[in-house]
Amino acid sequence: MTAVSDRQKLAYLAGQAADARVNVELETEGMVLNIGPQHPATHGTLRIVARLDGEQVVQAEPIMGYMHRGYEKLTEVRTYAQITALINRIDWVGSFANEVPFILAAERLMGIEAPPRAQWIRTILFEMGRMANIILFLGDMGIQVGALTPMFYAFRDREFILNQIEAVTGGRFHPNFDRIGGLKDDLPKGWIEDSHTAMAKVREICDIMEDVLLGAEIFEARTRGVGVIPPDVAMQFGLSGANARASGIDWDLRRDTDVGLPYGQVDWKVWTHPDGDSFARYWVRLQETREASLIVDQLLDTIPSGPVMAKVPRIIKVPEGEAYVATENPLGEMGFYVVSKGDLNPFRVKIKTASFNNLSITPWLLRGVYVPDIITILGSLYFILGDLDR
Amino acid sequence: MTPLLALDPAYWQVTTLKGILALVVVPTTAAIIAFVFLFKFVSFMHNRLGPMEAGPHGSLQLLAEAGRFLQKEDLAPEQADKRIFRWAPIVVMVATFLIYVVIPAGPNAVIEDLPGGIYYVLAIASLSVLGILMAGWASANKYALLGALRAAGQLIAYELPMVLAVLGVVIQAGTINMQGIVAAQMGDGAEIFGLPIIGNPYILTQFVGMLIFITAIQAELSQTPFDMPVAESEIVGGYMVEYTGTRFLLFFLAEFSSAFAFAAIAATLFLGGWALPHAWGIPYGAMHVLGPFVLLAKTMAFALIIFWVRFTFPRLREDQLQKFAWKVLIPVALANIMLTAVLKVVF
Amino acid sequence: MPELPTPKLPGSGLLKGLGVTMRTALETMFPDGLKNPVPQPTKGAATVQYPHEKETPANRSRGVIALHDENCTACMLCVRECPDWCIYIEAHKTLAPPRRAGGKPRAVNALDRFDIDYSLCMYCGICVEVCPFEALFWSPEYEYSELKIADLLHDKTRLVQWFDTVPEFEPYESGAEIKVKKVPPPPKKADQ
Repeated sequence: MTAVSDRQKLAYLAGQAADARVNVELETEGMVLNIGPQHPATHGTLRIVARLDGEQVVQAEPIMGYMHRGYEKLTEVRTYAQITALINRIDWVGSFANEVPFILAAERLMGIEAPPRAQWIRTILFEMGRMANIILFLGDMGIQVGALTPMFYAFRDREFILNQIEAVTGGRFHPNFDRIGGLKDDLPKGWIEDSHTAMAKVREICDIMEDVLLGAEIFEARTRGVGVIPPDVAMQFGLSGANARASGIDWDLRRDTDVGLPYGQVDWKVWTHPDGDSFARYWVRLQETREASLIVDQLLDTIPSGPVMAKVPRIIKVPEGEAYVATENPLGEMGFYVVSKGDLNPFRVKIKTASFNNLSITPWLLRGVYVPDIITILGSLYFILGDLDR
Repeated sequence: MTPLLALDPAYWQVTTLKGILALVVVPTTAAIIAFVFLFKFVSFMHNRLGPMEAGPHGSLQLLAEAGRFLQKEDLAPEQADKRIFRWAPIVVMVATFLIYVVIPAGPNAVIEDLPGGIYYVLAIASLSVLGILMAGWASANKYALLGALRAAGQLIAYELPMVLAVLGVVIQAGTINMQGIVAAQMGDGAEIFGLPIIGNPYILTQFVGMLIFITAIQAELSQTPFDMPVAESEIVGGYMVEYTGTRFLLFFLAEFSSAFAFAAIAATLFLGGWALPHAWGIPYGAMHVLGPFVLLAKTMAFALIIFWVRFTFPRLREDQLQKFAWKVLIPVALANIMLTAVLKVVF
Repeated sequence: MPELPTPKLPGSGLLKGLGVTMRTALETMFPDGLKNPVPQPTKGAATVQYPHEKETPANRSRGVIALHDENCTACMLCVRECPDWCIYIEAHKTLAPPRRAGGKPRAVNALDRFDIDYSLCMYCGICVEVCPFEALFWSPEYEYSELKIADLLHDKTRLVQWFDTVPEFEPYESGAEIKVKKVPPPPKKADQ
């Protein structure tokens, strides 16, 4: 009886201690504002507990996990084909980009190389996923700072890319098209030409965004100098993708690692910006979208002919081993660490996502900013909740 | 009114008629503005169509919206100060109605042609701030409080540029009476650059004043780029966040009626209101009928600018908009007044 | 140098933004430009007024799964591979007539029940891909919402009915080395 009451007391104290970290009602200074799980600006169910002094933030703490779906546990009881279908939903705007690192890791374990046509089409669809994702960001950043119109332009022009992905894979957001050893199917007739048209549209929307948002003095006033991340801090927190490049770090996994995708055979450049503020992050992503459309144009013109699937056994049993493959996904670096014990299911899959690191910088970054700047900074760091919580 | 004057109605009959007219006109104008600009024009700017189902091209959508709000449950937050919570939208609505009192829609079509015309409008415009503060404080919601405090700072800050911009017009017209300002622009002898054909709309001489006035109205109506009080993506509705049903409908109507009212005031001050240039030779009696339509057209032009700007630009942070008001708009407005006064004396 | 060329006049960036929105509004209202001064927003808008007008989805669009029950041997591969386990199959063994005269009767599976629960289905396509006998096909039909969740369980007859909407396989882009497959004719109805 004493043991139970002791345990209960301990549990109660532990609960109180945990609460006291966030239960700032006990504090008398400042106001605690819950930018709660239901909020139009937090990209999903994210909660930020901000202690305010007037309109300035004294301390901000993000609380994530409202969308945790248990992906890594799920992968232990699913086969590789089923996992490919599920991981489409991690970064749900980046469609094809989610499948690529996982499939590449499994192929590395199996020692299979996909034929060149498959690698080409993979890269094209990868870059299309990137464009679909970032165009949404370009419009969404407008909404965070208050401009309602760019969002509609972004959605209107994103349709072209999504239609192209749908024409090949059958699904706009969840293509489920990558297979160990290649791709599920080949391109339908007329796809290459339609894709060239879609790429022209992408360049158009980039120009529109530059005119409407990037050039507007109000947008510059809202984003320049807001949320400055120095490059050493960015590296300490493990920022990747456009966030790192906007702080001046010249790091792009497409160029710096070789996972078999044909980036080396295309003429493209990596965009960086020295400032590290929200404007820089928006600017870098806009240039990257344009660059992606140029990459796809070049790839479309040079697709090699051939099979689209290598010879793989019907029932895929990945041999024992472990492999980690990270690729430059639209949100940053996404990596899959696959541990296999020779079964139909992997033994353990660890999913590294970029949004987690992007969010971890917010307590450091949000000190001393105004409430509107919280929203600007969160918008410019850009995380998708599915990517964050998995 | 000449044919009607044969009836010789009593004062109370005229007042009742005017009251009913006001009650009908104010929501109707709100509806017109909301439909044309909020539903249709913004949709066209977004390359889409807006509401299309309720009525032809969605013209009855507002009726549907009003019905929807009216049938909602009457909620108030538990910890809210109920009495102030209930009275806040009424204060805002009353302030809006009061502005309509002096807007002239024809030679005699004004509810009460107060001698202190535009001065009265500027005074009443501050009344709605009270309603907003009441709403924000009584909602017992931190977001509402933030919105209300931002609104208080912003609306008071932008009163000054509005007053100073109007002063330029008043100096040039020589009167603060609204009918007098209309007459000074389009009436007998009004001419600019020696051309009586366009009258003397003050938009030409008071261009700077007009820009300041439009900016100040944009802030008074809490429209982007000055919509910090109701910053949807941050504080989710600001002072209006806890309101639902009929009370929200009152806020909504007040917002759009105020937009129409201020645009009508801008049309009266800068474009000549209900009047067409005297040189066009339109008989005075015809203006009784044509006046409201002319005013409507000019108001729509100003409302177009207001909503066009609203849906294009992002919003300014509140310290930036305060800086803009105090450091940019007020000095420019003061310079405008000095220049107008000098030129008025010289010419 | 990664810098946006700064606008020459203060405020010109804002004016350009205003220009873009007004231009879009005018393009929506007057899609034919100066040739037709009557506003035609329905033609100029980028949206489609569903349900009065509909867009046709791509041929490969994953709308609904159709069943060709003559081919199905109840091998249960689709049931096993479905990540959601939303396919329910029941079959019984019967004897089919022998292939040649004088041979033994063959034991085959006769399909009793083949249901797909579309309230669980993830539309991943693993079942269609995995079927070794080509009994499942994708169809781009998507308008089958129901008022009750239980009605989203499509039984065998309904799945066979979807077969009429399965498109023919389209030709591939040049350079592909996959053969174009023929879609088998829809299953005959019982009374034919």
